[in-house]
Amino acid sequence: MEQKIHPKIKEYQEKQEESKVEVPKANLVTLKIKKYNPNKDSSSSYQNYQVPVEKWTTVLDALLDVKQNLDHSIGVRYSCRQAACGSCGMKINGKPKLACFTKISELDSTEITLEPMDNFPITRDLVVDFSRLFANHKKIMPYIMNNESEISNGTKEFLQDPKHVEEYIQFAGCIKCGLCNSACPTMAMDSSFVGPQALAQAYRYVADNRDKGKDNRLKVIDESHGIWRCHFAGSCSQVCPKGVDPAMGIQLLRGYLLGFRD
Amino acid sequence: MRESIVMKIHYGTALGAVALVAIHILMRLTVDFHESLTYDAVVANYQMLGYALLLELILILISVHGFNGLRVILLELRQGSGYEKGVTYGCIAGMVVLIAYGTRTIIMTNMGMI
Amino acid sequence: MGDNDNKEGFKGMANPGRYGIERVAYWLMRITGLGLLAYFIAHIYETSTILDGPSAWNAMLEMTQTTEGHIFLTLVIGMCVFHTANGIRLVFGHAGYGVGKPGRPDYPYPAKSLNMKGKACIYASIGIAALAMWYGIAVMFGV
Repeated sequence: MEQKIHPKIKEYQEKQEESKVEVPKANLVTLKIKKYNPNKDSSSSYQNYQVPVEKWTTVLDALLDVKQNLDHSIGVRYSCRQAACGSCGMKINGKPKLACFTKISELDSTEITLEPMDNFPITRDLVVDFSRLFANHKKIMPYIMNNESEISNGTKEFLQDPKHVEEYIQFAGCIKCGLCNSACPTMAMDSSFVGPQALAQAYRYVADNRDKGKDNRLKVIDESHGIWRCHFAGSCSQVCPKGVDPAMGIQLLRGYLLGFRD
Repeated sequence: MRESIVMKIHYGTALGAVALVAIHILMRLTVDFHESLTYDAVVANYQMLGYALLLELILILISVHGFNGLRVILLELRQGSGYEKGVTYGCIAGMVVLIAYGTRTIIMTNMGMI
Repeated sequence: MGDNDNKEGFKGMANPGRYGIERVAYWLMRITGLGLLAYFIAHIYETSTILDGPSAWNAMLEMTQTTEGHIFLTLVIGMCVFHTANGIRLVFGHAGYGVGKPGRPDYPYPAKSLNMKGKACIYASIGIAALAMWYGIAVMFGV
């Protein structure tokens, strides 16, 4: 395939020819993007795109620049551009990160490899299928279970003091971006494993003093591909962009099953 | 059996084995390293009832812990109900055979059937 | 599903790099566990030769008292000490101790569960294992 040149780079080159001005090399990066369409391709391939960047350019900005100017066929999912929606998770230079939350300048590299997140089926290029993640999330019943809810009798209000909020608020920050599942060593092999995302969410609800569904949730995760397949490698917490710290939630949750918490 | 019970056994056998293996090793350090391995010294050890019981306990604890650890690793390598059942029963069988084989050595040596 | 399934696979699971010392400890725990089980099975077989009399026992002992045998035993000592020390750290961690207290996270969101206490325990486990191996070498090789 013929390599297109970014219009801005073309402009620089023309200027350089005219006035002998040096093209500032540090402002150019190459995005090496893994391309694969499971419906069409038998295997994946990498495509290089050179783009000009500024020190505030994020990986997502650069990707959208490539889409706009060089190759609009690249598959990428994004929405909020501010690490709130969890859509643009991908492997950036080998590690799962949010493209909108990663500045090119902090990667300290002129070649940036972008690949789809591991441990998720590929939809196309950098877009992965979240069905399994959402199914596991649903499995742990991610809602307050309490028969005396305000919905059922219209009068009951749940009061909660700040101390109780502190118990779970960090885990409520999960944006379901899937980076934790992508970094997890168990997920790398075990497709039945419920995963750090769902387990951290199980803790989020078990730790909520308004919730009465602890026993039901513990039953769901206490099986051969449940919580016990977490070995506290901590990779999930290393890559979490929101400070959820799934590894902490999982260990605290396991404390209930081992009888150290009630 | 619920996985939490299996894993409680896993942690329990680990802690038990650490304590007993420490005694097993410390007893060897009380005499010269090379002397402690002579045939007569080892037979004498086996023929002390307390020590034989200690060895039997270590044998059971480490076999249970080790084969359950192997089961966990194998369960994560591949999935499927046939494979998982095979792994579980295979590990139980391995554990039973190892305990039986080791027990035979302990009992026969302890009773002087050598 | 091959490429489309996109699981990182054995290489991803076994790769100890990329995610810090906790991932290295995870990998070492697996390797040492498997190594110790293999040694334990061999040890049960080795000690069973006592039933065949002094000559069989001495023949087995001679096999282990070679340079290679001593190097192997040194590795076993290291594996045993690391697996024990790191295992104790993990038992506490799995019970929810030493993993930090939940609270409102602040940017840049350092993970409390991957704290210095835990890291120090991992380094200490590796250090104690190395010391034990050094002691084992000193005893077995008489240095």
